[in-house]
Amino acid sequence: MENTTKITAACVIENGKVYVNSKLDFAAEGSATSLDFLKAAYTHYQLNYPKFYKMDSLCKLAMVASELLMRTNRINEKYASEAIALIIANGASSLEIDTEHQVSIADEANFFPSPAVFVYTLPNILIGEIAIRNKIKGENTFFIFDTFDEDFIHSYTDSLMNNDKAKCVIAGWVDFYEDKYRAFLYTVERTNEGEAHTTTNINKLIDNKLNFERN
Amino acid sequence: MEALIEQLKQEIIAQLNLDGLKTEDINPDTPLFGDGLGLDSIDALELIVLLDKNYGLKILNPADGKKIFQSVRSMAEFISENKK
Amino acid sequence: MEKETWIDGMMMKGKVYVAGDNVVSSLGFTSEENFAHLKKMETGVKQYNDASLWMEPLMASRVDDVRLEREFAKLGSSEGFTRLEKMMLVSATAALSENKKIDISSSRTLIIVSSTKGNIELLDKEEGKRFEKKRLYLWETAAQVARFMGNPNKPLVVSNACISGVLAIILAKRLLDEGKYDTMVVIGADSLTKFVVSGFQSFKAVSNEVAKPYDAKRTGISLGEGCGTMVLTNDETKLNDAERILVMGGASSNDANHISGPSRTGDGLQMAIEKTLSEAMMPAEEIDFISGHGTATQFNDDMESLAVANTQLGAVPMNSLKSYFGHTLGAAGIIESVMGVHSMRQNTLIGTYNFEELGVPATVNIIKDTRAEEVNNCLKTAAGFGGCNAAVLFEKLTSRARA
Repeated sequence: MENTTKITAACVIENGKVYVNSKLDFAAEGSATSLDFLKAAYTHYQLNYPKFYKMDSLCKLAMVASELLMRTNRINEKYASEAIALIIANGASSLEIDTEHQVSIADEANFFPSPAVFVYTLPNILIGEIAIRNKIKGENTFFIFDTFDEDFIHSYTDSLMNNDKAKCVIAGWVDFYEDKYRAFLYTVERTNEGEAHTTTNINKLIDNKLNFERN
Repeated sequence: MEALIEQLKQEIIAQLNLDGLKTEDINPDTPLFGDGLGLDSIDALELIVLLDKNYGLKILNPADGKKIFQSVRSMAEFISENKK
Repeated sequence: MEKETWIDGMMMKGKVYVAGDNVVSSLGFTSEENFAHLKKMETGVKQYNDASLWMEPLMASRVDDVRLEREFAKLGSSEGFTRLEKMMLVSATAALSENKKIDISSSRTLIIVSSTKGNIELLDKEEGKRFEKKRLYLWETAAQVARFMGNPNKPLVVSNACISGVLAIILAKRLLDEGKYDTMVVIGADSLTKFVVSGFQSFKAVSNEVAKPYDAKRTGISLGEGCGTMVLTNDETKLNDAERILVMGGASSNDANHISGPSRTGDGLQMAIEKTLSEAMMPAEEIDFISGHGTATQFNDDMESLAVANTQLGAVPMNSLKSYFGHTLGAAGIIESVMGVHSMRQNTLIGTYNFEELGVPATVNIIKDTRAEEVNNCLKTAAGFGGCNAAVLFEKLTSRARA
């Protein structure tokens, strides 16, 4: 159907595997830690963005997921920078790097808070990193949920698009805490192609069962 | 001085997470900021932490950092002049 | 684009009203008490010698512990809440107590929480012992608040650095326009912790004196803590006051430039302001008052002046309240919006405490001393780490004839 919102691309990263448009694209299950896996993915995909090494784990995860999403769907070539919105959520906020900052201030005798650590102690920094990398300037909001609230994210995404606040939305979840991680990011556009933007299809996408090939 | 420069390079790479960069890639006279190593404002603050943590040298006014952080050599000179 | 929705047989045309508010801060526990201090230009920022926050004397704005406990005890509760949650419950309860028509237990009422760091002090080993680990999560903080207030819906949590509060108000307006809810209770809170103080100190961003927003001699921010609550509704019958304050629209944007430094040109904030004015169909020359972000860092205030001047708002009276409340992070956007609403109600422009001489690259009209003046609308702006910017516009209904 023309002029309805569609899910046009997706990237899911979990359990040492990267899925692009629901197809397994890279696996490095042997990685010792989650961080090792992200570095392996960065090397495998030749992302060539040295800033990656300076990022905290949460932003590294967001960077790999967003890079692969943008490679498969070059939305920043299709839309004006201010017409693309970033609506992303997670459960643990920035607690992974928060803990690192806390360690640096816990001991009076060894009190060296690091500005390069502190700057990442906000979850929306990952939105900022994606925005910088891709020159995206539109609406941006970071939400915190116990689990991904597909009903809310779905309706808010549609609301932004229906009210002309965005022509394309990058939505999803990026979470990294205590060596556990999960990311899924997807693009929503008003187009003839892609799968209908519904909560059912968002859930299929999360399970890597959305059929991007049908059209 | 050369030993200190070598040590500083290692510390800078570690402190600033410049993964993929080796000590031989850093010329001691190349500017750390701008066109040189391309460090930014957070890196500058991070170098202040490095001097404090590793050498006990405190820079209270970030503006003083401009001269000190010109290059690895200027950092090394500052350390050897001020270290107790 | 305004949406038409039918509620109780009455047609609402996308109108969202302020139905109640509260501020808990160093300057008091009600909006009126806070605003009275602003009118007299009395700051809540003072020097603390508290090693649990910082090893040296620290200029900061803190909520009085004794009074917080006293106010919280009135809610008939006992132990089991963190300091931050107590601020939130005291503030939200006070905001609701002034308007009996708001039904917090209704399924059409939703709570939105805005916070950057939530219960972050629980990461400290000693503090953490007093609560379950899951209390560290912002969604759990919000759930605790919703449960205590007796609201049946799962609250939303916005955590988007220093624009969180403004974003939460924009979000509330948009959700009310969608029609699923008729009331939003927007609660923004952050507490002053060693975590936050040490981080801003590592940035060399904290001033040794009370912050001097937009001033030539500014030397950085003052940190603060507090909670602001704004109750919004799309149902006019739920309002107390004869005077109608509307949320006209709002927008966010990203600089796409640097994660900690604001845009050097102000283009991101400019875009958020332009989109806001366009949604509200409000020409720049009709703006009466800007409640700025004004953190008193060199780069933020420079950036803001450019954004304001480039949107043809350079002559509009503008202030920053950061020299009264300190920077209250996720609470700032709500606290400052509530004070903006009171400026409109009382037709009073609040002077920027400690401001003496303009020191920003573009000419902006900073209010130096508090004065009486007709204030029919208020543009609230914010900017934050991650390159984010936001703006929201409030308007008194009596000011312009509207269809």
